[in-house]
This record gives sequence, structure tokens and C-alpha cells, in this order.
Amino acid sequence: MNNIYLYSIVGAGLFTLGLYALISYRHLLRKILALNIMGSGVFLILVALASGETPDPVPHAMVITGIVVAVSASALALALVLRVQAETGKAELPEESLE
Amino acid sequence: MLITMQEYPWIVIIILLPLSAAILSFLFPRRVKLLGLLLALSVIAAVAGLAWQVIEHGAQRYAIGGWAAPLGIELYADGLSLLMLMVTALVCLGVSIYSTGYFNRAYFRRSRAIYFWPLWMFLWTALNALFLSSDIFNLYVTLELLGLSAVALVALAGGADALTSAIRYLFVNLLGSLFYLAGVVLLYHRFGSLDIAILSQHIMSQQMAPSPAVWAAAGLISAGLLLKTALFPMHFWLPPAHASAPGPVSALLSALVVKASFYILLRLWLEIFPVESPVPGQLLGVLGSIAIFWGGIQALRQMRLKMLIAYSTVAQIGYLFLAFPLASYIAWKGMFFLLISHALAKTAMFMAAGNILHFGGHDRIKDFDHVVQYQPLTSAAFALAGISIMGLPPSGGFIGKWLLLEAAVNSGQWWLVIIIILGSLLAAAYIFKVIGFAFTQSEMSHQTRKVPVQMQWTALALALAAVLLGLIAPWPLALMDIGLPFGEGGSG
Repeated sequence: MNNIYLYSIVGAGLFTLGLYALISYRHLLRKILALNIMGSGVFLILVALASGETPDPVPHAMVITGIVVAVSASALALALVLRVQAETGKAELPEESLE
Repeated sequence: MLITMQEYPWIVIIILLPLSAAILSFLFPRRVKLLGLLLALSVIAAVAGLAWQVIEHGAQRYAIGGWAAPLGIELYADGLSLLMLMVTALVCLGVSIYSTGYFNRAYFRRSRAIYFWPLWMFLWTALNALFLSSDIFNLYVTLELLGLSAVALVALAGGADALTSAIRYLFVNLLGSLFYLAGVVLLYHRFGSLDIAILSQHIMSQQMAPSPAVWAAAGLISAGLLLKTALFPMHFWLPPAHASAPGPVSALLSALVVKASFYILLRLWLEIFPVESPVPGQLLGVLGSIAIFWGGIQALRQMRLKMLIAYSTVAQIGYLFLAFPLASYIAWKGMFFLLISHALAKTAMFMAAGNILHFGGHDRIKDFDHVVQYQPLTSAAFALAGISIMGLPPSGGFIGKWLLLEAAVNSGQWWLVIIIILGSLLAAAYIFKVIGFAFTQSEMSHQTRKVPVQMQWTALALALAAVLLGLIAPWPLALMDIGLPFGEGGSG
């Protein structure tokens, strides 16, 4: 039973780490990786909470759907990064003006 | 087997039509404009069919594949979703006509123009599915579909600006969805169901105080959706994304895509979240008020027309959140009416901006050269849409703001009255700034191009619809009562 909470806490930790990396790194590839790590954190919490005496299949279906969504989103993001690199010469977001 | 009119599954057809059209448009790229128009007309017919069912027989529920709620995924249509579907259909009809001129081979690279149509149809599929889903995980999937097609549409404009805005938009969308998903996980863990109606029953029947898990879920879901709705201070991504997209795409994003995440927030807030303390509502109201001022002031400072309109969207989103501290029957209705009229007016405004950009080759407000003389229809469209944004009678914007004012006075929250009025003055200031420069001559003369006639008339027709909405106000207001999303009349 304690394992559920252990895995959930690890999932929450991954989510937070990913969020931190998403905000702090400027390179676009690192941002994409950070979002994927956040996603993995959520999936880990889902699967952890689903375990028990009688495992629940619904969260597993949700995780599979989530993975499909994450793969397509990452593919689109990578394609965009290539275009940004070709257009601006570097794979970074421009410095934001504070207004 | 004969299916009676009452059982006809319009609710599924509304989602399937744009989906199949999107796939067909890959197969027949040469017939894509015709396909777009046919799609718009047939979806309007299907929405009319669903409207008949909802008005005659009340809220509709449909179990996909015959699997009912705890196991399967259900679709649900009440007055609220019906109105969103109608506005979406109207805006998309306008966009389909407008785009036949905008994505003309003579002005737009063919390789890009071809991708607009299927992406726009996928966007429409996602919107329709979102408004009809009654399952919080299905809502997550539709949110992602919506985000992916919207990002691809922004990137369609090409160029460094559009691409960097597109990727920032994508990151914001994914981040918002992950927060939403985390909240969904907690709700499922607590109640073992994903259906909004079942969750609502569970929470209503629990007389005990809501558990920390529910509060955490409400916080995560709200944070994710607020980020996607671009409520101040999470609006930073909206102006560049909306301003650098192609004309009809800007219209779709500002009118519909931002409203989609707001719609989910509204539904969950009304049906699931146990809001007992007034603090969260007041907080949203304060953020909304800051958004009205910040968006209005930033709009005034902008040099480019599309950036000005995008900041105006930030301000108008602020108005929607003023209903949360009031949380009364009238306030919800007024807010929702404002949402509909803003969708129509903002579409018209972005289309007018697209025409001006097409006409003079730029959208620098100071360099407008006799736009009114050369583009009378476009200027009229902008001014009429402006009437609704400012909230002058008899426009839809006026009715929405009037109901909000009434609710604010009834509940004695005078600070909201002041904010609504000052916000309208700010809106008037930035709209007259544009109209003023449209009349004057510019120092530099520039090359002009002919604007296709359907682009001018569509903008004008949608602006007129936004103004005339105020005259038929009782009808949409009555529709909002079907299925009682806002509770019984006068209960608040």
C-alpha cells in the first residue's frame, strides 16, 4: 500500500522538476524534454493510484491515450523547432520584453 | 430500422462531419474550397437538427457505441453547448467564405494555402467535440486536438515571428493540458468516475467538507485552463500568437479557441467544484479586472492593428471573469451573452484587419492612408464590431454588460460597476484611435492591392450579426435555461 504513495510522490517530483526545467532552460529541445518529463510524472501518478487489490483498467487506458497525445505533440514541437532553427539560426525563443 | 426524428443522432453527426471533411480534403486538394463551404452549410443544418431536439425535448444525452456513463463516454448537449455550437458554426461559415478569398493562389503560397483547409476542419472537429463532451478525460483529448491544430494554423503564416509565437503557443498549450490532466487524475482517484454528471452527483451528495484531493484537483484544473484562456497575468503568449497568424486564423483563435478552455472552466466550476468560500471567485474577479485595464492600456499603446485587437481580446476575457465574484443567475447569463457577442465581433474585427493588411500590405495604424475611402465596407465592419466591443446599444456587447451591471448592483459590489464602465471607456479609446487614423492621409504613399469582395462582405455581415444580436437577445437568453446550467432563475 505504501508503494502507491511512494510512486505518486516520485510522479509529483518529476512533474515539478519538468516544470522547473521548462521555465529555466532557453533551448527549445530542452523545453520539449521538460514537457515530456512532466507528462511522465502525471502518467506515473495515474498508474500508481490505479494499483490496489483489484487493479483498475481505466487509468491504463488513459495513460495510453495520454502517451499517444504526447508523442504527436512532441512530433509537432520538433518539426517547429527545425523550422525555427532554419529561419532564425538558433533553436531558442527570443528574449521576451516585459510588457 | 426506422429512426424517428427525435432519436436521430445529430450530436454525433456534428462531430463526424468536419472530421470526415478534413480527411477528404487531403484526398481532393483541388476541390477544397467547395468542400469547406459544403461543410459549413451541412454543419449548420446538423446544429439546427440538434437545436430542434434540445428545444423540444430538453437536454440530450448520447452514449457512444451504446456504452453508458460509468464505463463508456457520453456526449451531452444542453442550452449552453448548443449556443456555443451555433456561434462556432456561424463563425466558421464566415471563415470558410472569407478564406476562399484570403488563401487565393495569387497572394498566398499554394503549398501553405492547401494545409489551411484540413487544419481548420480538424480545429472545428475539436471544438464541436469539446462542447459536446461530458467526460473530463475526453475533454482533455479534445483540448489537445484543439491546441495542436491551432498551433499548426499559427505556424502557417511562416516567417520567424509566426514560428516562434507558434512554438511558444504550443508550450503554453501543453503545459496547460498537463495541469488539467493532473487535476483529472486526482478527481478520478477520489470518485472513480470521469463523467461530469456522475461527479456532480457524488460531490452534491457528500455532505462532509470536500477533501484536500478535490481542492488540489480544482486548483490544478483551474490553473491549467486559466493559462489556456489567457487570463491576466497568464496572457503573455496570446498577443504575439494571435497577431502573427494569418487573418482568418486570428479570427478563429480569438473568437473560439480561447473560449473553448473558458467553457470547460465554466462548466466544471458550475457543476463540479464545491465553491463554498467566496475567495476563489473574488480572486478571479480581481484578475479579470486587472486584465480589463492592462489589456485596454496595452491596446492603446500598440502601433500595429492586429496587436491592438489581440490586446483587446485580453481585456474582453477579463470581463468574462467578472461573473465569478457575482456568481448569480443574471451574472452568468450576462457573461455568457458577452462571450457570444465578443466571438462574433472579434471575428469581424480580425477579418477587417486582414482586409486592411491585404489592401495596404501593412497594419501600422499611423500609416493608414484613406482606408475609409478605399475600403468603405471594411471600415464599416470594423466600426460596427467596435460598437459591440465598446458595449453601445443595441449591440450584443451592450446587453451582456448591462446584465453584468445589473447583477453587480443587485449584489452591492459597486467596485465591479466602476470597472465595467471604465473598461468600456478604454475600449472606446482604442477603437476610435484606429478609426481616426483610417480617415486621415498618410505621409507615405504605398502600393495597394484589390481586396476580394467576399472578404469585405463577410467581415461586414459578422459585425452586423454582433450588433443585431442585441435585438434578438431574449431568444439566446431563453436557450441558456435548457438543462439549467446556471441553476433556477432568481435563485441567486
